[in-house]
Amino acid sequence: MKHDLVLRVIGKLLIPYILLFALYVQFHGDFGPGGGFQAGVIFAAGIVFYALIFGLENARQVLPDWLVETMLSSGVLIYAGVGLAGLFLGGNYLDYFVLDPNPVHGQHRGIFWVEAGVAITVCGVMLKIFYMFASRGRSE
Amino acid sequence: MIIDILLVLMAFTVLILVRIRHLFTVVVLSGIYSFLMATVLLALDAVDVAMTEAAVGAGVSTVLLLGALHLCKSEEARPAHKPWIPLVVSVSTAALLIYGAMGLPDFADPDAPIHHHVVPRYMQNETDVPNVVTAVLASFRGYDTLGETTVVFTAGAGVIALLRRRRKPDLGTDGK
Repeated sequence: MKHDLVLRVIGKLLIPYILLFALYVQFHGDFGPGGGFQAGVIFAAGIVFYALIFGLENARQVLPDWLVETMLSSGVLIYAGVGLAGLFLGGNYLDYFVLDPNPVHGQHRGIFWVEAGVAITVCGVMLKIFYMFASRGRSE
Repeated sequence: MIIDILLVLMAFTVLILVRIRHLFTVVVLSGIYSFLMATVLLALDAVDVAMTEAAVGAGVSTVLLLGALHLCKSEEARPAHKPWIPLVVSVSTAALLIYGAMGLPDFADPDAPIHHHVVPRYMQNETDVPNVVTAVLASFRGYDTLGETTVVFTAGAGVIALLRRRRKPDLGTDGK
């Protein structure tokens, strides 16, 4: 699909908005529908869309393999780290009330980082699986 | 009303899916099925789940299946045996599930047991997050979501372990 002019133009127009929508779903998840999982998948879908139109190699330059693999594990670590932060600040594991002097702000802070962790891992996993499938059978 | 129409359409999609042997059509039809499911969830006011279904079921998994299809034959092989045993198993499971579903409380019944267990506490909303779904997922049930994230990570790690090419360490290529 690399030489299809219509697809390339439409893709170039749409992809920034897909990525922006993913960020909106991520950071507005406290107020409207959405959250880390949805945001991660939508962000990954935007990159997959880019890879389908402009080729896998270009997508790999935008988000290289090492970065995707780091995302895969760092999301879980961020999530678990929020739990540990609660322990160190004198609460229970995954207790957000102690993360800020104001308990309600602590909840907001905890949920923000937890959702960030979920989004990063989900996005990394989706992209990694896509990369692995798409790059197979090319060189044979 | 709209839900009934969508469910009938989904049933049609499944019937065609069962009959058809051309795998590209199967992949596209399952994407359509996911979109119908997402619309049903939207009509049931479950926007968070609908979003997930549309993005994962109709979007990413369709692309992944097409990617897998690129690697194999595009026509499903004829089964070697008559599918009587699987048919009996799935029909009897469906009958059990329908029988069980008849005992459930009515949809959106405020007196249903589920609305009297922990929901009142969730609705007090001590987290001050307007979207209760996010509050439940990330705060009240943070342990569950940590487990789910770990499951997603494990799935990704499993795919890497299975599909990573065991290439000899030749210099100059970055395919580690």
